[in-house]
Amino acid sequence: MKRLLQRLLGRLPIGWLQLTHNLMRFAAALVGVAFADVLVFVQLGIMTSMGTATLRPYSFFDAGVMISAADANGLTDGGNVARQWLLQAMADPDVIDGMGLFIANAPWDRGDTDISLTTFGVDPARPGFIAPDIAGDLSLLEVQDAALLDRLARGLGREAAAAIRPQSPLSFETQGRTLTAYSTFAGGGGFGGDGYMIVSDQTFLALFPARSSAAPDHILLRLRPGADVMVVVARLHRLISDPALRIRSYADAAQEELTYQKTKRPTGIIFGFGVLIGVLVGLVIVYQVLSTDVADHLREYATFKAMGFGQRFFIGIVLEEALILGILGFLPGFAVGATILAAMGKMTTLPLALTPFMAITVFLGTVVFSALSGAIATRRLAAADPADLF
Amino acid sequence: MEISPIVEIAGLNHWFGQAAARKQALFDINLTLARGSFTVLMGPSGSGKTTLLTLTGCLRAVQEGSLRLIDQELKDANEAQLVLMRRKLGFIFQAHNLHESLTAGQNVMMGAQVHPGVEADLATRAARHLLGLVGMADRVDYLPANLSGGQKQRVAVARALVGGPALLLADEPTAALDKDSASDVIDLVRRLGHKRGMTTLLVTHDNRILDRADRILTLEDGRIVADEVRASV
Repeated sequence: MKRLLQRLLGRLPIGWLQLTHNLMRFAAALVGVAFADVLVFVQLGIMTSMGTATLRPYSFFDAGVMISAADANGLTDGGNVARQWLLQAMADPDVIDGMGLFIANAPWDRGDTDISLTTFGVDPARPGFIAPDIAGDLSLLEVQDAALLDRLARGLGREAAAAIRPQSPLSFETQGRTLTAYSTFAGGGGFGGDGYMIVSDQTFLALFPARSSAAPDHILLRLRPGADVMVVVARLHRLISDPALRIRSYADAAQEELTYQKTKRPTGIIFGFGVLIGVLVGLVIVYQVLSTDVADHLREYATFKAMGFGQRFFIGIVLEEALILGILGFLPGFAVGATILAAMGKMTTLPLALTPFMAITVFLGTVVFSALSGAIATRRLAAADPADLF
Repeated sequence: MEISPIVEIAGLNHWFGQAAARKQALFDINLTLARGSFTVLMGPSGSGKTTLLTLTGCLRAVQEGSLRLIDQELKDANEAQLVLMRRKLGFIFQAHNLHESLTAGQNVMMGAQVHPGVEADLATRAARHLLGLVGMADRVDYLPANLSGGQKQRVAVARALVGGPALLLADEPTAALDKDSASDVIDLVRRLGHKRGMTTLLVTHDNRILDRADRILTLEDGRIVADEVRASV
């Protein structure tokens, strides 16, 4: 390591020699940086997981435009939309089909556990609105009280889910009715529910009698191939006489919900602050280590100043130390962070994983906050006055 | 051809503090040091020895008067110029001031690597050579914590000399040493200085050193009150 640094720096790696001179302090500093990295990894993991979980239900459907109530900040949030707007939207020359999407939570008492399934009511005669990997099973929903179950739902059990087929369906009770699941699809537990279920709109209305077929949660529209979504959205704004409705491209609706969850919902804000606190903890730890190190070596630095070394040399030493701490502290932080996220993912079935993007982001962030701490710590170098040596 | 002095000081005054607290430390100092000379600067505490040494060592800015060092005027020199000039000097401090994390060899290397472009291999060889000259060849890889006081000061001498300074400034280099170690260090500095044509200005209270000096300057209350030349250089 010493030789490598000497070759890279073109001088004695004084930062490395200083850090490794006191191995206990060096180890403590690395643990501190690793701890900050673990904090950031866990918070980022949860935030990323929240994003994945937020966008996942959007992946079950396929649409060009989504019309939602004025207060609908997300797929499962907000009021209903009058079906009449679906008919009005169909008047647009680029809209080729439309479907009302119903959404509600259905509790499922499984004896030892109660799980909550986010249930989507769709028109089984419109497979074009359903993602291709699910659409093949859509015809199964034409039978009353039939359902497609999320095989990754929390509390369902992988073996039980794997056994669900049209030939070996699973019947269960929810909302006072007996549903039969004939097939499954891949969803997964999220922050708002334990999994998903897709039923026909008729089954949905039977499950939730307070809901009306005239008021779905959202209206999905399919567009003619090649149509410009934004142009259609603009036309629909003029065509539909309720100005309060949210008419957005389906992709924009998903992104807006993601932004809403991250920046407006308490969970997103809390995890965002968690990342910030992790970064601040890292900054403070590295700064503390470096400023103590500078203070401990002021006399040596003053001697180097007397010998004719310039300010760049000293800043180089402090930044060398900062980068060593950042890079070497990242490695255990990465290992521990990945282990914790994997364990949390297993326990919660949330899509928690340490992605390459997260690893690169945290690595670069660690290097940057270490360098920043080092830059702040160099201010203490001014106290090294060589005239005081005499 | 006449060789110019290494240090030429004329009308040098220096103050510390501001406004009412301002106190003059040096009064109208006029002094030249010939190349290769070994000069001892004596005087009681507070007489201005250290101030004169730090001004000559480019560690303080010249306030009034002229101080020419190696043919360059230091009055009005900026910080960058002072840093460059310091690379031509060697310093030995009362405390050895070795870097605790660096071995003896690495400490001496730093004296060579202050000069840009000096490769690590060359600096290593120069450091080993100097440590050999000061009798520390077998301690190259020792950390300062594992060296005696005399050995540390020898390493400090090697560090000060490895860059081939034109002027060596030493402040009480023998204060922390026993009689034999002190004698060894002074002999070493004097011998290497003469061999390399290096000028030495050494501040001391140690009377044991006086008989080795070419010239003895005595400072009192910021003024040179005695200038005894003992040998021509």
